[in-house]
Amino acid sequence: MKILFEGIDEPGLNTLEVYQRRGGYEGLRRALQMPGEDVLSNIMDSGIRGRGGAGFQMGKKASFLPHGDIDKYLVCNADESEPGTFKDRELMQKSPHMLIEGIIISTYCTEISRAFIYIRGEYSHQADILQAAIAEAAAAGYLGESILGSDHSLSLVLHRGAGAYICGEETGLLDSLEGKRGNPRLKPPFPAIEGLYHGPTLINNVETLATVPHIIRMGGEEYAKLGTETSTGTKLVSVSGDVQRPGNYEIELGTPSREIIFDLAGGTFEGRRIKFWFPGGSSSPVLTEDDLDLPYDFDTMAKAGSMLGSGAIIVVDDSHTVVEVAYKLAKFYAHESCGKCVPCREGTNWTQKMLERISSGEATPMDLDIIASVQEQIIGNCLCVLGDAMAMPIGSLVEKFRPELEAEIEAARARANAASLKDVVAVGVADEHAGPTG
Amino acid sequence: MSLAERVPRFDHGSRVPGWDEAVDLTKDPATVPDLANTPVPAELKDTILAAMAKYPDRRSAAIPALHAAQDIHGWCSPEAIEQVAAVMQLTPAYLTSVATFYDMFSTVPKPRHDVYVCTNISCSLRGADEFYEAMLAAAAGSAEVSVRSFECLGACDIAPMASVDGEYVGPLTDEDADQIVADLEAGRSVLEHKQLRYRRSADPGVAQGARDFSPPASDEAPRAGTAGLSPHGEPDRPGPSAPIETPTDENEDDDA
Repeated sequence: MKILFEGIDEPGLNTLEVYQRRGGYEGLRRALQMPGEDVLSNIMDSGIRGRGGAGFQMGKKASFLPHGDIDKYLVCNADESEPGTFKDRELMQKSPHMLIEGIIISTYCTEISRAFIYIRGEYSHQADILQAAIAEAAAAGYLGESILGSDHSLSLVLHRGAGAYICGEETGLLDSLEGKRGNPRLKPPFPAIEGLYHGPTLINNVETLATVPHIIRMGGEEYAKLGTETSTGTKLVSVSGDVQRPGNYEIELGTPSREIIFDLAGGTFEGRRIKFWFPGGSSSPVLTEDDLDLPYDFDTMAKAGSMLGSGAIIVVDDSHTVVEVAYKLAKFYAHESCGKCVPCREGTNWTQKMLERISSGEATPMDLDIIASVQEQIIGNCLCVLGDAMAMPIGSLVEKFRPELEAEIEAARARANAASLKDVVAVGVADEHAGPTG
Repeated sequence: MSLAERVPRFDHGSRVPGWDEAVDLTKDPATVPDLANTPVPAELKDTILAAMAKYPDRRSAAIPALHAAQDIHGWCSPEAIEQVAAVMQLTPAYLTSVATFYDMFSTVPKPRHDVYVCTNISCSLRGADEFYEAMLAAAAGSAEVSVRSFECLGACDIAPMASVDGEYVGPLTDEDADQIVADLEAGRSVLEHKQLRYRRSADPGVAQGARDFSPPASDEAPRAGTAGLSPHGEPDRPGPSAPIETPTDENEDDDA
């Protein structure tokens, strides 16, 4: 079942001409003939949950926005920077009008007249394509004053970021869009009440918004028949890491994880076994080979102690060590921590240093307890979940692979000892009181 | 040796290096520059004013303005910041605080071409760290190319990958590093056969679905690898499509 990816490789789909020939903007025409409440109730009925990471129901979020004639904003979060996630990139590059149509419908049912797309600065090619598509849509009367003769007006601005993971966090994104450093804000108030320029703001992921035209086309209840009861619809899954065919795959939620990793992405390379896998980007606690038969949906992943997140599966096979992956994780989050909250700023930094100690042979098994306790002290103690995003996977790695980590600590220490002894042997012991490290 | 002696202190007495790099402590804080007394290239001024008009609050244009200034000056130099500050009527300190937060802005001089090598999890599992070393070695002799390891660039399907002046290329082997430098120095399109823009979707269902749609009227034969088109429907340039399946010989390299 393909909804978002149906014929996505068709040449020229990024142009208005081809998109319209394929039935594009029909969902918008239909939506504009309905009262806004009906459009919103269709989105509610569809049960679509946010595709960006938190998995909150889009319809519910939209319904939190106050009614009436006030300055309200819609912000499309296209700052896709969760490691392992690249679905929005392909969607925006190949079918930008689908996103624009979704934004217009979403603003119509929430009476919003200003919308922004915050795209990460690195996606310059995609930004060019989107910018051209917005110009085309505006020229065709899909944007601007009284769209297609209705009383709905919308201005849509594409905003390029400049490279910061934290700007994918919704309040960090708002600060960045206001022209500041991308520091997250204290919540509540949530953006639906007080967001961009202090106005109520609806923030949704690219994939969520791009699904909206299809929900209107199919009808909310019909869309809800796809997937499982609480995880409706289809999802783009980015599979990467140690698999033979990494890429984006559109699946119905509830598809067994094994089917995604092995049947679609080709499974591991010959002779390798899956050591662990991240089900929802590098921020999700890891799962192991035993969890491969779990259906891939929001609730099952949560029940298994992890999360579906942005739908990015990263597979790590047995040719890699746990320390190697944990170190990469910690280094990334330490670099990207904005520094506003102490537990995250210090916690990510010290976790990275402690993992370095393991590789250099200076660590003892007690360090694992310290690492685990640092992770516990980060979780839930910051304004945003960047720190949690490191603490959860690292905590799960320490918990699930403790024997292996202890073995790695011992092995690294033996290596370090052997190396320092070699120096001593080479130089000769000049002073009998000098230790092996001089 | 006591603990206090082992922890180094810097000249200014702090253990934190570089906290005062952004300021000259002997000077008064810079105020908002006067546009009439600040020479600003007309092109830059127009771009910034156009960006400011797009937002309800002019400060929102800070990032687009700094992008434009960096494009013209090569880096966010004090002069560039001053010009942006004059047009936007903000203090240079405010813009410096923004410029230092984001990875793509450089507040120190940098070479003209940027090569960002992704070294995050998915890419490093497939040999990005080795490629990064190779890329550093390849660019060592060039004054025009700066190489940085970058956080996840959002293209794990072509891991290991790099963004060369914004153009995504991958999957890369160590030999590609020299080619990237050569292409940049010759002013050519970089590693055209590995550019992401020509890559087709990996999802087998997409190719099946594509048959249900008639090709565009102007097309006589379906073109391979034109998934990334210019706004006018023509391919940006004729380029071959990257294969959907990673060639097997590369997989062996990745494992090693």
